[in-house]
Amino acid sequence: MWNSLKTMWIVFLHMFRRRVTIQYPDEKPNIPPRWRGRIILSRDPDGEERCVACYLCAAACPVDCIALQATEDEHGRRYPEFFRINFSRCIFCGYCEEACPTDAIQLTPDFEMGEYNRKNLVYEKEDLLIDGTGKYPGYNFYRVAGATIGGKNKGEAENEAPPVDPHSLLP
Amino acid sequence: MATIHIDNRPYPAKDGENLLQECLSLGFNLPYFCWHPALGSVGACRQCAIKQFKNEEDKRGKIVMACMTAAKDGIRISIDDPEAKEFRTSVAEWLMVNHPHDCPVCDEGGECHLQDMTVMNGHVYRRYHGRKRTFHNQDLGPLVNHEMNRCIQCYRCTRFYRDYAGGRDLDALMLRNQVYFGRHQDGVLESEFSGNLVEVCPTGVFTDKTLKRHYTRKWDLQTAPSVCVHCGLGCNTIPGERYGVLRRIRNRFNGAVNGYFLCDRGRYGYEFVNSERRTRQPLLRKNRTEPLQLASKRDALQHLGEMLSGRARVIGIGSPRASLEANFALRTLVGRDRFYLGISERDSRLLASVLDILKKGPARTPSLHEVELADAVLVLGEDVANTAPRLGLALRQSVRRQPEKIAKKMDIPLWDDHAVRAAMQEEHGPLFIATMANTRLDDIATRTFRGPPAELARLGLAIAHALDPIAPQVPDLSDTTQALASAIAEKLMAAERPLVISGMGCGDNAVVEAAANVTWALCNMGRAAELCYVVPECNSLGAMLLGGGSLETALEAMNDAADILIILENDLYRRGDAAMVDRLLAAARHIVIIDHIEHATSAKADVVLPAATFAEADGTLVNNEGRAQRFFQVFVPKGEIEGDIKGDTPRDIPGDIQESWRWMRDIMVAGRGDERQWSSLDDVTAACAAAIPFLEPILRAAPPAAFRMDGQKIPRESHRYSGRTAMHANVNIHEPEQPHDPDTALAFSMEGYLGHPPPSLISRFWAPGWNSIQALNKFQDEVGGQLSGGDPGERLIQATPGKKAAYFENIPPGFEPRPGEWLLLPLHHIFGSEELSILAPGIAELSAQPYLALNPEDASNLGLTAGDEVQLRLRAQTDVTADGSAADGSANAATTPAEIFRLTLRFKPGLLHGTAGLPVGLTGMGNLAGVALPAWGELKKV
Ligand code: SF4
Ligand code: SF4
Ligand code: SF4
Ligand code: SF4
Ligand code: FES
Repeated sequence: MWNSLKTMWIVFLHMFRRRVTIQYPDEKPNIPPRWRGRIILSRDPDGEERCVACYLCAAACPVDCIALQATEDEHGRRYPEFFRINFSRCIFCGYCEEACPTDAIQLTPDFEMGEYNRKNLVYEKEDLLIDGTGKYPGYNFYRVAGATIGGKNKGEAENEAPPVDPHSLLP
Repeated sequence: MATIHIDNRPYPAKDGENLLQECLSLGFNLPYFCWHPALGSVGACRQCAIKQFKNEEDKRGKIVMACMTAAKDGIRISIDDPEAKEFRTSVAEWLMVNHPHDCPVCDEGGECHLQDMTVMNGHVYRRYHGRKRTFHNQDLGPLVNHEMNRCIQCYRCTRFYRDYAGGRDLDALMLRNQVYFGRHQDGVLESEFSGNLVEVCPTGVFTDKTLKRHYTRKWDLQTAPSVCVHCGLGCNTIPGERYGVLRRIRNRFNGAVNGYFLCDRGRYGYEFVNSERRTRQPLLRKNRTEPLQLASKRDALQHLGEMLSGRARVIGIGSPRASLEANFALRTLVGRDRFYLGISERDSRLLASVLDILKKGPARTPSLHEVELADAVLVLGEDVANTAPRLGLALRQSVRRQPEKIAKKMDIPLWDDHAVRAAMQEEHGPLFIATMANTRLDDIATRTFRGPPAELARLGLAIAHALDPIAPQVPDLSDTTQALASAIAEKLMAAERPLVISGMGCGDNAVVEAAANVTWALCNMGRAAELCYVVPECNSLGAMLLGGGSLETALEAMNDAADILIILENDLYRRGDAAMVDRLLAAARHIVIIDHIEHATSAKADVVLPAATFAEADGTLVNNEGRAQRFFQVFVPKGEIEGDIKGDTPRDIPGDIQESWRWMRDIMVAGRGDERQWSSLDDVTAACAAAIPFLEPILRAAPPAAFRMDGQKIPRESHRYSGRTAMHANVNIHEPEQPHDPDTALAFSMEGYLGHPPPSLISRFWAPGWNSIQALNKFQDEVGGQLSGGDPGERLIQATPGKKAAYFENIPPGFEPRPGEWLLLPLHHIFGSEELSILAPGIAELSAQPYLALNPEDASNLGLTAGDEVQLRLRAQTDVTADGSAADGSANAATTPAEIFRLTLRFKPGLLHGTAGLPVGLTGMGNLAGVALPAWGELKKV
C-alpha cells in the first residue's frame, strides 16, 4: 500500500520534469559527432582515396559484413577495387574504424538508413566514399609509409633519408 | 638424450643440438629471425638471447644466443629471465628503427614473422622518431617482388639462395647499416628456387609477385592440402583461393618429400587454373563440320547417353596427369581391355621398364629427403634441374654429406652453419653427372660426361661392370670412358649411401636399364644403394600401375573396334606424332573429351566436358618414388567468372565443372542406366584398390570422408575468414549455404575442428602468436623433423633387399655421327616444357621460344651463329629407343613424308658433335610437339 502510493507520487513529480522525448522526425535529435552510425570511406588531404585495401577492417568485423579486393594503380598505389558493406548485417560496433590504420573508414552520426528492401542496404565503394577527410583531418598514410606511389619516391616520405646507393664505394 | 634445465625445470633434449631448436621443440615461444631449421644457425640477428647459468648457485648468469649454444646434459638456462627478455625486446626495437610504416600495404602483413616476433617481444610503440634509412627496389622478374626498405639484415635470403640453392646472382652488398640484399642490377633471379625467398625471408622484402596482382591476406584464403601437378616428384603444396580465383601456392611441409622448399614451376604454375583457356561449360556438336556450341550439362549427358546406349563400342584414353580415381573411373566405364594410357608406345615402354625395375630389383627408391642423405651420386641421362627441379635442390644437399665429416672431425656441430661451411671450404662430395648437354648442376659435379643416350647407357653399363664383373662388359669402349667408369665405380663403392638417378628424360630405355645395372651391381657388392627414376608427370607411375596400352595400340584397336573415343585430361598432340593422332581421331565416330583446358585435341572433339583441375577436385597421385598422395579440393569452381578475375565476385551460379570421375559416373548412368554406387571419392578409391590389389595402400593415403575430429569436420577457412556476409551480397542478399563436401573430411567453412588435424589433412600452418609460415614448428614433434603423426603419403613400392636381379644384357652400339645428319636430342625446360604451368603468365614470360640447339663449334662449322634461322628436315618417325639396333630410321622412311620446320638457332654447350638439341613441349612447336626424340634430321641454313 505504502509502496504503491510512493510510486504514484514519483510519477506525479515526473510531470514537472523537462521532456527528453522529441518529436522525431519533425524534430531532429542532436547526435554527438562520435556517434556510431552509417559508415563512410574518407579521402586524404590530397583528395585521394584513403583506403589502402589492407583488409584489417574486414578482419575486425565481428559479423563479417565488409568485403573488398585490393588492386594497385600503375605506380604501385594500393586501393580497393571494390569495397562493399552489407549494412543489413552491420551492428555498428565501430571495430572497423578502430582497426583502420589509415583513418579511411569512419562511422558517422547518420543513423537514418531505413529501407523497405534489404538489398538497398548493400553499399558499394561509390556509395561509401565521401569527398573530405571526415573526423580526422591531416593524416595521409602514403606520406608516412615507405612504399612508393606516383609522385613520391623512396626517401621522400616524412623522416626518410635519401636512398642508399648500393653502387657507391664510400663507407 | 640430455636433460636441460629451463627456468629451473628439467626437460629432455637432444644432446648437442642447438638450444633454440630444443626450446622450440619443447613448445617454448622463443623469438628468432636468422635461424632456419633447414639452414642452421649463424647467430646473426641476436634475437634468440637467453640466460645461461654455470650451476644451480649461479644467479647472475650470462646472456648467450640459444641458436649458437649446444644443449648439453645438465645445462641451466632461463628464457624468462628479465635481463634476457629486455635484451630481446631491445633487439627487436633496434631492428625496427629503420623499418618503414608499411604493414597495411605490405603483402607479408598477417603472416609476417617480424610482426609476430615484435608482438612476442612486447615492443609495441616506436620510440625512435629520427630519419629512416631507405633503399631503392629492384625488378627481379615476374615471380618475386622486392621491397628492400623492410629488410632486417638477417641474411636468411642469401644463405638460402647462395649457400643452400647454389644461386649466384643474389648477394649482400654494401656495409654497416646499409647492407643491401639484391642483384648487382635489375633482372630476373636466375635460380629456379627463387620463389622460396618469399617464405624464407621473415619480412616483406621478398613477396609473391603473382599474388600481388590479386592480393588476398592469408586469413582470407580458403586452403586445402594439395600436391603439385607440374612434375613427377609430387611436392606437397597449399593452394589458396578467394572469390573463385586461385590466388597462390605455398609450400606444405612434408619431411619425406619437399621439406621446406618448392621449385618455381610448382609455386607459380598455379595460374593455369584461372587461365582463359579453361573449359568451363560443356561444348557439343552433332555434326563434325559445325563449330562446338555451348550446351547445358543435361543436354550433353543426354546426348552422350544416346550415343552410348545400344551397341556402341567405346575406347577410353586415360592420362598421366589425371588422378588415379579419374583414370580408374574411365577404365571402369570402357572396360579394362579398352582402356589405354594416353602416352606413346615409347613412353609406355620406358615407364613399364622403370616400374618393373623398381618392383623387382633389390634397390630401394629413395624419397627426396633420402636423396639429401646420399653421400655419392651418379646422375645418368637426366637433366634433373629441368625435369624434376626439386630433386636438383636435394642433390645440392647430398654433396655436403662427405665434406661434413671434416666438420665432425673438428667437433663442429652440424647446425653451426657458418663454421661448417668454413671447415668444408669448396669441398663437394662425389656427384657424377652424365647427360646429353650441360646442366645447371655441373658447378657442383665432381666429373661430368656428355654424350647422346647410347653413350650414356654405355658409360652406365661400364660402371656396372667395373663394380661387379658379372655385369655385362661393354665392347669398344674408349680409354677415357673406361677410366671415368672405373673412377665413378670406385667412388660409389666407397660411399655408405650411394645413389643412382636416371629417368625418362632422354627417352632411351638403354639408359634406364644401365642405371638399374649400376645400382644392382652396388647392391650385389653389399652396398645399400638407392635408385631414383624421374618420371615426367604427376601421376605417370600411377597411370602405369593401372595398366593399359599405349596410343599406338589404341590406334590399332580403333581400326577395328570403336565408335566412341573418350579422352581423359589429355592433349594427344603432345604425346605422339601428329599424323598418328590425326588417324586415331579420324577413326572415331564420336570423340568425347573431358579436360579442364582447351587444346588441339579438344578442338577436334564432338563433346567437351569441363573437368576440375587439381584445385577443384580430390584424388590420389603416385609420384616417382611410388608414394601415393591425396590432394584435396580447395574450392568449388564457379561456372563462369563475370568481369575480370581481379575483383568482381563471381555470379552466384553453380558451375558445370566437376571432377572427371563424376563425369564418368554420370556418363555411365546416362548411357547404361548403370546405377553405380559411387557417391563420393572414397567409393572410387575403394573400388580402385579392390580392382588392383597392388594399389591397396592408397586407401591409407588420407583419412576417409567420414573422418571427424571431436565429431567435427576440418575447416578449409581460417577462423578469421572475413567478408562472409558481404561477398555475395551484391548478387543475393540472402547468404548462400556453404557448399557440402561429400568427398573428404574437410569442410568449405570456417567452422569445425580448430586443433591440429592429422598430417595429411593440414590446410594451413597457424598457431596462436605464430601467423607466419614459421607456425610449422608447432606441427612437428622435433622442429625440422617430420610432421607430428608422420609425413603424409603411402609408399606403394617396397624394395626387397638382398634379392638378386639379372642384369640387363642389351648393350647399345656407340654413337657414330652421320655425315649431313644430326641426332636430335630432347632438351627440357623448367619453364615451358610442362603443359599446364606454361599457361601461367609468369612462367610463360620466362619460357624459352622454340629453337634448335647446336654446340658452338658445330654451328660455326656450318657457318651458323646464334639467332640464325635453320631449316630442320626430320627423318621419318621410328622408335630410336626401343633398342640400339632400331636407331636407323630408313625402314619407315617411305611411310611418313618428311616434315620441314624452321627454327632459330641457339648454342648449347656440351652437345656432342653430331647431335643437336630440340626443346620439349614449348608452345609454338607445332607438329614438332609430338615428335619422339631422339630422332635423326637434316639441318640447313635458311
Ligand atoms: S582498414 Fe582502412 S585502409 Fe584497411 S581496408 Fe579497411 S578501410 Fe581500407
Ligand atoms: S615486413 Fe612485416 S612488419 Fe614489416 S611492413 Fe611488412 S608486414 Fe609490416
Ligand atoms: S631480405 Fe629478408 S631474408 Fe634477406 S636479410 Fe633482409 S630480412 Fe633477412
Ligand atoms: S619439383 Fe616438381 S613437384 Fe616439386 S614443386 Fe617443382 S614442379 Fe612441383
Ligand atoms: S636466431 Fe639466434 S641469433 Fe638469430
